Amino acid sequence: MKTWKEIPIGAMIIEPGNSVEFDVTTWRVFRPILDKSKCTKCGLCWIYCPEGAIMIKEDGSYEINLSYCKGCGICQKSCNVKAITMVREYEESST
Amino acid sequence: MKRVALNGNYAVAYAVKMADVDFVAAYPITPQTPIVEKISEFIANGELEAEYVNVESEHSAISACIGASLTGARVFTATSSQGLAYMHEVLFMASSLRTPIVMANVNRALSHPLNIWNDHSDAMPERDCGWIQFWVESAQEAFDTTIQAFKIAEEVLLPVMINLDGFILSHVYEAVELPDEELVREYIPSKPLINRVSPKLSYTIGVVGPPEYYFEMKYQALEAIERSRNNINNVNKEFSKVFGRKYGNVNEHMMEDAKYVLITMGAVTGTAKFVVNELRKKGEKVGLLSIRCFRPFPKDEIIKLLEDVKGVGVLDRALTPGGPGHPLYTDICCALYNAKNRPIIQSFVGGLGGRDILIDDFIKMFEIVKEVSEEGRPKPCIYIGLRE
Repeated sequence: MKTWKEIPIGAMIIEPGNSVEFDVTTWRVFRPILDKSKCTKCGLCWIYCPEGAIMIKEDGSYEINLSYCKGCGICQKSCNVKAITMVREYEESST
Repeated sequence: MKRVALNGNYAVAYAVKMADVDFVAAYPITPQTPIVEKISEFIANGELEAEYVNVESEHSAISACIGASLTGARVFTATSSQGLAYMHEVLFMASSLRTPIVMANVNRALSHPLNIWNDHSDAMPERDCGWIQFWVESAQEAFDTTIQAFKIAEEVLLPVMINLDGFILSHVYEAVELPDEELVREYIPSKPLINRVSPKLSYTIGVVGPPEYYFEMKYQALEAIERSRNNINNVNKEFSKVFGRKYGNVNEHMMEDAKYVLITMGAVTGTAKFVVNELRKKGEKVGLLSIRCFRPFPKDEIIKLLEDVKGVGVLDRALTPGGPGHPLYTDICCALYNAKNRPIIQSFVGGLGGRDILIDDFIKMFEIVKEVSEEGRPKPCIYIGLRE
């Protein structure tokens, strides 16, 4: 991580679009799992995802980039064919 | 150059005009001062070409100044007492965003009870907000320091606050030497600073600083104010060459061979100087220091100046209720703690809410300083003029 000398004056962010470098993997409690056999490639999840975590591949199929996914579950709600399920990242604590 | 009668307010306003300020935002109603009134007059008359924004509060005034300063403009605002308190949270942003805003603060008491008179209780709570703080003792010094403030602010990218005592300085007319406007503009040329909100740059300003980054971001502004000591010293030197008037971070009076010294801030220094002169006539080895640059605190200078001094009295005009000592006293004690030769330091508080500190009060303070120095230990804080 940057030292105080390396941070731009006034703590400005001077490189636009640098949020691609920001990994939010650890924020998640639930992880979306996409069942490609159910997916109709309608693109609703891609539209609704607030983080741009859903990618369209060259063959037109969809994929979730888990580095940017905060686990909000909006993709699951938006999916009309229930191709996305949310599963726990970690086992529930017994306490 | 011309010599004119100006009060402290107008001295600051003239300095702002000569500095060719680009932007002024101010709340125009109580507790505002004639500083911005005069500036608005200059702008309305076409004597100063600047954007003047009448905002709805001091909170907005300082916020607007930050925005304008980020575009690279030369920015000024003025306030007083409750107005400064209302700016409080934004003052920290101004320093951390490194905006070189110059602000005049006319020192007045904070409520309650409601009091519009002079003391230092408005600016003292703002000493930790990362601004450079000057305290002046005359209208001439108010003018000169405002000119210097723009130079310092723009060199180190930090905001500067000029404190001038309410009424006893802000509204009292004194002879002020006004330099030619060309000379001032040559001294502080309006070189546009980088426009940080230009769409061409796509900067993100006012970011979130999570625990991983906040510390480094804050340290950067801390380092800047530490580093500003050099710039301030150079500006003091340069200024005396160009304008002929010499200022230090600590203004000293009769300090050679002084054994008993009083430390003051602001306009009461004038009365204290008179008393020192009188006591000197009687052969008393007394001296006076007034702290002109309060932040960054001139610790090393103070240690050096008090090397051979037996007793020191520190006059505070603000309170730190429940603290280890009142604000200036605490700073002086802290500065001297690790000094080789440490004088006895006596705390005084006086002049709260506009109460006059009289010649006799200063004579008494010097007597007490002498007395406690001989006893070898200070008394608890002495409240000058308090009815008990």
